[in-house]
Amino acid sequence: MATYDLKVNGIRQTVDVSEDTPLLWVLRDHLDLVGTKYGCGIGQCGACTVHIDGNAMRSCSLTLAQVEGKSITTIEGLSENGAHPVQQAWKAVDVPQCGYCQAGQIMTAAAFLERNPNPSASEIKNAMHGNICRCATYQRIYQAVEMAAENKSTSELN
Amino acid sequence: MRTTSLAGGGMLIGFNLFQACKPKVALEPVVDFSNLDFKDFNAFIKIAENGVVTIFSPNPEIGQGVKTSMPMIIAEELEVSWDKVHVVQAKLDTQNFTRQVAGGSQSIRKGWDALRRTGATAKQMLVNAAAQRWNVAPESCTVKEGVITNASGETLGYGQVVNEAAQLDIPEEVVLKDPKDFSIIGTEAVNVDIDEIVTGKPLFGLDYKKEGMVYAAVVRPPAFGQQLAAFDAEKAKAMPGVIDVITIGEKARKIIEAQPRVGNFLSTSDKVVVIAKTTWQALKAKAAIAAEWDDPSILENSEDHDRILKELLDEGKFENMRKDGDVERAFADTDLILERTYEAPFLPHNCLEPMNFYADITADKVHLAGPIQTPQWKAGLVAEMLERPIESISMEMTRQGGGFGRRLFGDFVLEAAEISDKIGKPVKLVYSREDDMSTGVYRMPLQYRIKAGVKDGKVVAYHLKEAAINSNMYDLIPNFFPAGAVENYQVDTAVYKSNITTGAWRAPYTNFLAYAEQSFFDELAEAMDVDKVQLRIDLLKNVDAEADERIEYSPERMIKVIETAVEKSGWGTQPDDVYQGFVNYYCHNSHIAEVADVVIENGEPIIKKITCVVDCGIVVNPSGARNQVEGGIIDGIGHAMYGNLSFEAGKPMASNFDRFRLIRMKEAPEIETHFIQNGLAPTGLGEPALPPAAGAVANALKAATGQRIYQQPFTKNPELLKPKAQQLIG
Repeated sequence: MATYDLKVNGIRQTVDVSEDTPLLWVLRDHLDLVGTKYGCGIGQCGACTVHIDGNAMRSCSLTLAQVEGKSITTIEGLSENGAHPVQQAWKAVDVPQCGYCQAGQIMTAAAFLERNPNPSASEIKNAMHGNICRCATYQRIYQAVEMAAENKSTSELN
Repeated sequence: MRTTSLAGGGMLIGFNLFQACKPKVALEPVVDFSNLDFKDFNAFIKIAENGVVTIFSPNPEIGQGVKTSMPMIIAEELEVSWDKVHVVQAKLDTQNFTRQVAGGSQSIRKGWDALRRTGATAKQMLVNAAAQRWNVAPESCTVKEGVITNASGETLGYGQVVNEAAQLDIPEEVVLKDPKDFSIIGTEAVNVDIDEIVTGKPLFGLDYKKEGMVYAAVVRPPAFGQQLAAFDAEKAKAMPGVIDVITIGEKARKIIEAQPRVGNFLSTSDKVVVIAKTTWQALKAKAAIAAEWDDPSILENSEDHDRILKELLDEGKFENMRKDGDVERAFADTDLILERTYEAPFLPHNCLEPMNFYADITADKVHLAGPIQTPQWKAGLVAEMLERPIESISMEMTRQGGGFGRRLFGDFVLEAAEISDKIGKPVKLVYSREDDMSTGVYRMPLQYRIKAGVKDGKVVAYHLKEAAINSNMYDLIPNFFPAGAVENYQVDTAVYKSNITTGAWRAPYTNFLAYAEQSFFDELAEAMDVDKVQLRIDLLKNVDAEADERIEYSPERMIKVIETAVEKSGWGTQPDDVYQGFVNYYCHNSHIAEVADVVIENGEPIIKKITCVVDCGIVVNPSGARNQVEGGIIDGIGHAMYGNLSFEAGKPMASNFDRFRLIRMKEAPEIETHFIQNGLAPTGLGEPALPPAAGAVANALKAATGQRIYQQPFTKNPELLKPKAQQLIG
């Protein structure tokens, strides 16, 4: 067991867990941040995507030693009340079916658009290719990312 | 049906869905609900004095959208504004609801009439109360968005008359709205859980937590049919957070003995269970358990299955499922015979939320909660297994991270109950992804052999033979198209019993049969040198559905979707470098046609677009409905292209997404969906778009590559996915 100081959604948290505990399970079981989902545990599905210093990463494959001292953002901390343009676009397009993968999809999309605010169609598809949606809402995920990009550039222009 | 005045003011109207009125049932304890002192008694509608309307959604939500669409139907007839309605997932309540099931695409179809009556009855009582207060005739009042207006223009909100309404007699007859006056049904409603989903609120089974809850991870037989022989838990017990290591299995065997069909999805072996303080500790300690297993008489292999199913088709003793005329005699006198065989592998369901369930079993009550498609069945089995009265069992359904049929079975509910019963603590049973994929209740391998005979340009004989693992197609399927269209028609089935557990997988049997049949029709039209679409229409015109009550599909509705798909997809009018494939299908009471467009890009055939025309009657929520069609088609294409789970020595050869390929963003085509507007009662939509998709793609690939594909997954034979030589030169 070891003690770690984490900064999660802007709040400092101290946890005492064994060294190999993935960030995913610390978020879910220790910090009650269950918006980050478990899908595969091997970095293949993207349901557990969080931001580490603004980069989209798979929390199932990160140890706490790798993220200590860094800024960790989960879906719960992405915005106040779901106001982030990506979350708004997800609502406008009515993306989810079961909804289980969508937090991971949103976190991937939000980090991507931060880096590439005016993406092409193929850039959007490449960026979202790593996140599995078992209900196959891919068409809507694509539309929502495109809409978020457009809304973001519009709001920046204004 | 009944009404009750509430202690804190307001009325609760209890409707017994799908049934005649029943005697009153005991009220459950007061719960805090939106700061109103409501009593929660699991009916459909709550109206508070402040006008807040709450509608309970009875059926499990697995992503098919019923938590949005079922309450929409009530709200329509209740005449309230949809954006003011608060939707709550009902618990299992066999007193007030029937068929709280997510399965067979039947929630809306079977709920339609009762849900409308529920809303209409409540509205009538509220109007009657207002009319009484005004001393006018109820017929002279109108209602809009929860406000009742009389002839003099005076108004009363629902909240103002609920207490009086609760005292009134319940009208036996109510007038339902004319569908042309619908203002909620047919409008685009966003998923009622959207805010919670996009902000990561706890909704799903894995998110469910209770005070004192511990986590359980289970070591199950690694190969199907094995039994636990011995195990060593010393190492696991010493690991951090581990509370105990136990075995279960005794109660599972008991329930299997009492109800043998439970053995179709639950192992009889003892299982080793790690109880720990957190999920990670439980999963990690599970991996440290050293277990030894006794082998069954057969450890099964996919290679053997392929051979056995083929042998069944060649020489098997079939069970006949439908026989019209005499196919053998007809085949003896034909100009043309075509016979083809199609093969499909095992498929896991791969719900993205792995199986899990919560159980808290104490001396006097059983509390179960989690993702389950069949809550009533599982509550009953747990009652029987633990020898508890059914009344002592409460079952909550969480939102479910996919179902696809896997959560019909609920082996995990029985395991969670046995664990909690044994340790005397509230427990959350969790599956790792590997547990989920390697101890499934899979789509069984199937082989279909189809033979057709043509005489004088007419299809005169059609013989469909099925070879399946564990169970054969359900009874309705032999009455699907082309039943009734061909004079001599026969469907036979043969089954091989395996110890690998199999069961329903989204659109059972048709998920593969539609591809086989629709590929076959395409090839048959080529062999007959006739137009592919016209062949289907001509066959449908032979059908007299009135004369044969077994036939469920409507040839007229089918022709309509076919003709609409021809128009919407530009069938036959596309440029030469767009290769199209056409299919039509009926299942889950809906009629569908799909057209796939394949193009060649960088020397590879690419599935560009699917145009889909659906007749599912009235569309309750077009946004949700299109989502089902889009997802169903891409799901169907993904599994047809890539889905393959093979077995060696009883063990599946993939246990996670690194070895089992699911369709992803870049492989997903554009989907264009059109609904037939005909005002008829709604039919199924969660499944019907899936089965035809693989056939549409296979037929389009044939057009693009010149090659027919007879095996799923299509990527198993990559040489069949290469474009014709001249396209590469071009």
